[in-house]
Amino acid sequence: MSALVQLIEVSKRYGEDVALHLTSLSLDRGKTTVLIGPSGCGKSTLLRLIIGLIEPDSGSIELDGEPVTRDNIDALRRRIGYVIQEGGLFPHLTARANVLLMARHIGKPEKQTHDRLTELSELTRFSPNLLSRYPVELSGGQRQRVSLMRALMLSPELLLLDEPLGALDPLVRASLQKDLREIFTRLRQTVVFVTHDLSEAIYFADEIVLMNEGRIVQRGTIADLRERPADPFVSEFINAQRFL
Amino acid sequence: MASAAATPVAIGSKKFTESYVLGEIAKRTLTDAGIPAEHRQGMGGTIILWEALRGGQIDVYPEYTGTIATEILKSDSNVSIDEIRESLANLGVGMTAPLGFNNTYALVMRRSEAQRLGIRTISDLQKFPDLKFGLTHEFLERQDGWRPLRQRYGLPHENIIGIDHSLGYSALTNGSIDVKDAYSTDAKIEQNDLVVLEDDLHFFPKYEAVFLFRSSTRKDAIAALRRLENTLDETRMIRLNAEAERTKDYARAADLYFNVGATSVPRVSGRSGHSEFGESFPRKLARWTLRHLQLAGFSLLLSILVGIPLGILASRGGAVGHVILGFVGVVQTIPSLALLALLVPLPFFGISIRTAIAALFLYGLLPIVRSTATGLQDIPRALRESAVALGLSSTARLWKIYLPMASRSILSGIKTSAVINIGTATLAALIGAGGLGEPIISGLNLNDHVTILEGAVPAAVLALLVQWCFDLLDRVLIPKGLRI
Repeated sequence: MSALVQLIEVSKRYGEDVALHLTSLSLDRGKTTVLIGPSGCGKSTLLRLIIGLIEPDSGSIELDGEPVTRDNIDALRRRIGYVIQEGGLFPHLTARANVLLMARHIGKPEKQTHDRLTELSELTRFSPNLLSRYPVELSGGQRQRVSLMRALMLSPELLLLDEPLGALDPLVRASLQKDLREIFTRLRQTVVFVTHDLSEAIYFADEIVLMNEGRIVQRGTIADLRERPADPFVSEFINAQRFL
Repeated sequence: MASAAATPVAIGSKKFTESYVLGEIAKRTLTDAGIPAEHRQGMGGTIILWEALRGGQIDVYPEYTGTIATEILKSDSNVSIDEIRESLANLGVGMTAPLGFNNTYALVMRRSEAQRLGIRTISDLQKFPDLKFGLTHEFLERQDGWRPLRQRYGLPHENIIGIDHSLGYSALTNGSIDVKDAYSTDAKIEQNDLVVLEDDLHFFPKYEAVFLFRSSTRKDAIAALRRLENTLDETRMIRLNAEAERTKDYARAADLYFNVGATSVPRVSGRSGHSEFGESFPRKLARWTLRHLQLAGFSLLLSILVGIPLGILASRGGAVGHVILGFVGVVQTIPSLALLALLVPLPFFGISIRTAIAALFLYGLLPIVRSTATGLQDIPRALRESAVALGLSSTARLWKIYLPMASRSILSGIKTSAVINIGTATLAALIGAGGLGEPIISGLNLNDHVTILEGAVPAAVLALLVQWCFDLLDRVLIPKGLRI
């Protein structure tokens, strides 16, 4: 019973375009799984299916053994943290209000949320002095730290990150990568991380899921992918990125 | 004075001097008989007054037999007074005998021009096809108006414009037009040195002045009005009209009717305190402005309460969104006068402040609905999805995320509505709902620019003030994070 998320024969198409062919995938608790592949390969679709932003045309999705339905989706979402490339912070709320939004909405005690906020700002290395600032007053890296705090506020069982470092410059990116990995390890967090950058995938992944044209091509460690490619595309993808 | 507690008899009048004066005469007649009465001045044209009478918003108004025959009963203009009275009785409306003067339509020209061209009759106009005609909109459309007149006399003229009655006199004296329609008792004919062209083919029917009243009007009021029958000839009516235009005081002109031919002791007017003409300008201005703000404010509130929910629905797109945006868009294209005229015959509305507020409310919808819808639609997809992914309920998403993010757009729509409303509310005076339009309409009617400005300038200042208040409100209502 170590699988936290199970996708059972799900598929998704938009009109004529198949975004995801019939796919099954189970994600283990406490592991970081990286979804990687070229643009349009279906990796973001997979992530959006898990958080319920889109519904599958077929198949079902289970979180911790519980099938995701329209009725329980809002409750399940509170057990999942979600961070996107642009951060997704609400511009009319301060950093603090963004982080506390859900906790306040469901009526968590002030004291408890306040302690959690202090804990998170240490964990994400975000200065508490900046908490009263609005998103426009923060740098890109700072915004992603706030977004991460917001995602972690309710201690989610699952953390989904959709190219969270994609919009950052290389130096900020490197320091945030290091901090993120530390956080995942410290929290023993189950993470699904979407990226198109192989070195980032290697840096984070316990397991890599390589996708192409709406299908999972191979899943395994980087060593598996290098030494036992399931398909010529696997070698092609790895070699192309090696020379970048 | 027991009857003073009863509902006053409501007298209406059309938007021209003579009708105002007759309305004041009726009011004075009733109050002198101990019957409480109020006069709603210058409510509009024939149809508005007739519908108001039928709908019970007014009990009495002055009308002309020719108009009753052709416009109201849609019959031939040659019907007799008795036939008219019978037809009206079937509609629940009574009519007095003629008051004594015939105010028929007439065509008038500048005296100098008529003499130069040797024009004396309407037939003479045939020889001068280049003359420019400026006719009132009502005359252009009437069954007994311009089209049959032109046919009867075979008039070849092509250069014809529609113009407001009062403005037409200025246009005539300054030479912008050469011929206009007028009423035969119009004081302006003499004032402006005009001549009435002889109706040599006897086209115009008789327009004998009478009072129309609801059959259910209290008997003593009807009896009092009857006493006015056959007491007012053309010469006297022209004098009263001239006095009204000179002093711009209809009540005083009406007083003249009661004083002339009565005892040599002039009546002591103890009523000036109650008369609105006795009011000082600041008090009048305050009254107009207050009413104006009530009209604009209340209708704006309704527009907001209805417009924002409609905007939220419209922002979701689909058929419903199209229908909503289509509806509020179409409402906006209806000319405001037409919208008022459409609302007046409806039950509940009629000639009242309700109609004015309803019209303003409808006009206020479009900016608010559209700005709410676009404000919501402009929220980036990533932010919408973030709100969903957090697990916020749809209500919480709307109130905590979407509406605050769209607040700038929504407020700008409300601001636009408010400023438009302040401007459009001036038209409310046309249906007797008051406000700063009152002096504008009276001024137009009297061709008096100072009176027009007494309404127009405060209305403009009010619009600026409202705009300024909303700019302040922006700082309070738009979240700081959206203003940096």
